[in-house]
Amino acid sequence: MDSENIRSIKELPPEENMQPGTAACAGCGGLLTLRYCLKALGENIVIVNAAGCFTLLTIYPFSPFRNSWLYTAMACAPAGAQGVRDALDILIKKGKLDPEENLKVVVLAGDGSAYDMALSSTSGAIYRNLDFYYICYDNEAYGNTGFQHSGASPFGSRTGTTPPGEKVPVGSQLQKKNLFDIWNSHKPPYLATVSPAYPVDLMNKFKKAEQFKGPKLFISHIPCPPGWGFDPSQSVKLAKLSVETGLWPLKESIHGEVEHTFVPKKFKPVEEYLQAQERFSHLFKPERQEDALKSIQEMVDEYWRKNTLLP
Amino acid sequence: MAKEMLTGNRAAAWGVRLAEVDYIPAYPITPQTEIIETIAKWISDGEMDAGFVTMDSEHSMITAAGAASATGARTFTTTSSQGLMYGFEMLYTVAGWRVPLVMVNVSRGLSAPITLGPDHNDILALRDTGFLQIHCETCQEVLDSVLMAYRLAEDKRVLLPVMVNMDGFFLSFTREAVEVPDVEAVRCFLPEYQPEHAFFRAGQPMAQGVAVLGGEFYSYFKYQMHLASQNALEVYREVSDDFERIFGRKYGTIDEYMMEDAEYVLVMTNSFSTLGKAAVKRAREKGIKAGLLRPRFLRPFPDSDIRNALKGKKAVAVIDQNISVGKGGIIYSEMAGCLYNEENRPLLLSFIGGLGGKNISQEEFDLIFDKMIRTVDTKVVEPLHLLYTENEWKGITKLKDIAGRQ
Ligand SMILES: Cc1ncc(C[n+]2csc(CCOP(=O)(O)OP(=O)(O)O)c2C)c(N)n1
Ligand code: SF4
Repeated sequence: MDSENIRSIKELPPEENMQPGTAACAGCGGLLTLRYCLKALGENIVIVNAAGCFTLLTIYPFSPFRNSWLYTAMACAPAGAQGVRDALDILIKKGKLDPEENLKVVVLAGDGSAYDMALSSTSGAIYRNLDFYYICYDNEAYGNTGFQHSGASPFGSRTGTTPPGEKVPVGSQLQKKNLFDIWNSHKPPYLATVSPAYPVDLMNKFKKAEQFKGPKLFISHIPCPPGWGFDPSQSVKLAKLSVETGLWPLKESIHGEVEHTFVPKKFKPVEEYLQAQERFSHLFKPERQEDALKSIQEMVDEYWRKNTLLP
Repeated sequence: MAKEMLTGNRAAAWGVRLAEVDYIPAYPITPQTEIIETIAKWISDGEMDAGFVTMDSEHSMITAAGAASATGARTFTTTSSQGLMYGFEMLYTVAGWRVPLVMVNVSRGLSAPITLGPDHNDILALRDTGFLQIHCETCQEVLDSVLMAYRLAEDKRVLLPVMVNMDGFFLSFTREAVEVPDVEAVRCFLPEYQPEHAFFRAGQPMAQGVAVLGGEFYSYFKYQMHLASQNALEVYREVSDDFERIFGRKYGTIDEYMMEDAEYVLVMTNSFSTLGKAAVKRAREKGIKAGLLRPRFLRPFPDSDIRNALKGKKAVAVIDQNISVGKGGIIYSEMAGCLYNEENRPLLLSFIGGLGGKNISQEEFDLIFDKMIRTVDTKVVEPLHLLYTENEWKGITKLKDIAGRQ
């Protein structure tokens, strides 16, 4: 990729580094994200994967990738990346490996892994300034095991382990962890949120990240048709809504300094996004849970107010 | 070749240095820490040219080590006890990647209650992972076994990780005279690692550790691991012959002490077998035809060597420094499995001693020989015996009184 910014979707690189025909669900927003990421990263990479839906992208003896792949486990893909990166560097330094055979090292993990179990190994890798890319596809639950609550599940959402009931009508009572801020407190050279509905923004962020040595981190908010409960054809629309309602701010941080890369001209009401998904349906029927809905909207408003992008 | 007074830990570190390892991810735990501190200092002083990284946990450390191994670097790491357990998930993974990682485990009893004293429940929990296991009695054996471990692990007929085990405190911190081989001699024995199977390169995309759908494939890969582990016994003979030719020291899959004409045999592993050997000598002085068999390998289990060594023996007492709660001694079960189909198999007695580093006293060894002799007369094998001396029991009772517990 050249260093010029991409301006429109027509300028996305035509090369596909991930082939069609995977075991992911129809309309998976994560798969779409990954497709764009791989366009940006090119062929010479090794993906180090944590347990999750995407572990099933490679099933012996098939792989949709033109690049290498190492499945580690749920807690430790960043540590696997450390081993691969260090080994490549050492072998090159000792003259045992031609520098042309070098690879970029990429971690691919779901939110359950990233927000919960792998937080320690991720923090360790960022702290050690490991030169790698980290892609977290955030479907806001443990997807592969059938959509249970994770540290990324939003307040008011229904998951397998936060079912709304008579005593707890709201579903999840906890607020989504702020992984962006957790990661940002490590002051990595590059950190960004992305969305599969904004491929130009995504691509330009990868281009920008390329210039930094050290951790380059990406969190993508990804619609998950079976988990969120919507028709696969609506995936991109939902991804767009999460940005347009202000729920998923598109931003980046360079050495800890945050900037928003896209601010909606006019914020759509959060309800528009919530109503489009089965996992929030209990907030609307049999009766509207006004307090919950209000607090979700307030949480979003508060964020933008704090960032002085709202009056 | 130089003789030096080395602890087991420093002997392990020397093995790593002489193997000219590329990469060492590290995490501290007593009684292993001296190994990584020694290596760290050598690297800091420029005496050793390897990558060294301090990790955030053993789970991460073992992952990084396995992944570096999968990239084609000769890699070493080490832990003990709780650390081994914390990384346990990844031991299966790394073995499944079929990479030649060598690890040292310095055995220590598992919590709770938390302790520093050694026993073998930590390392024996690993026996189904796919790691090969070499258990050492002396500091020299630790150094030598690290070198042999790389030869074995990197052989393409094997390609499985290897764990070299030593007892915490009893070996890790005991100084013995150790011959430190010359690096040139080591290079003859252990050439530079040239990965042929597992490595990541830009020009050669490869998927490792991929998912399988269906038991047929899963079984296939697991059977392959089992067969490779079995191959290791044959490959080890070559490795051990080469080692003897170059360094003059010979190590079998088992160590036999006064076994030739022995009738009553102790089976023990690791450094406590030195105590066992002394007991055998004393028993011989009393006219008992005693001997000791020490399995050096526990995975792969050297079944046929053990069967041969125990042919025609009257009784065998297995002293386990471990306890499989609800069953008994682990090595006892392994030995029973090994001997079951033998005609004229010896009687097999089970003792557990030395948990958490508890001493095994002279009087306990005497009791074991008495029991063996009696059992041969009566043919009635008593159930598992937990070794405790009267004095030890009194000590415990006293502390229980102080704690106000009956
Ligand atoms: C130690 C461990 N615990 C549990 C699991 C079971 N498991 C496999 S995938 C998965 C869900 C992962 O969720 P997430 O990281 O959000 O990724 P997604 O499935 O949504 O792609 C879980 C819990 C596991 N593989 N390892
Ligand atoms: S469950 Fe959701 S995240 Fe997982 S593959 Fe399906 S759509 Fe994608």
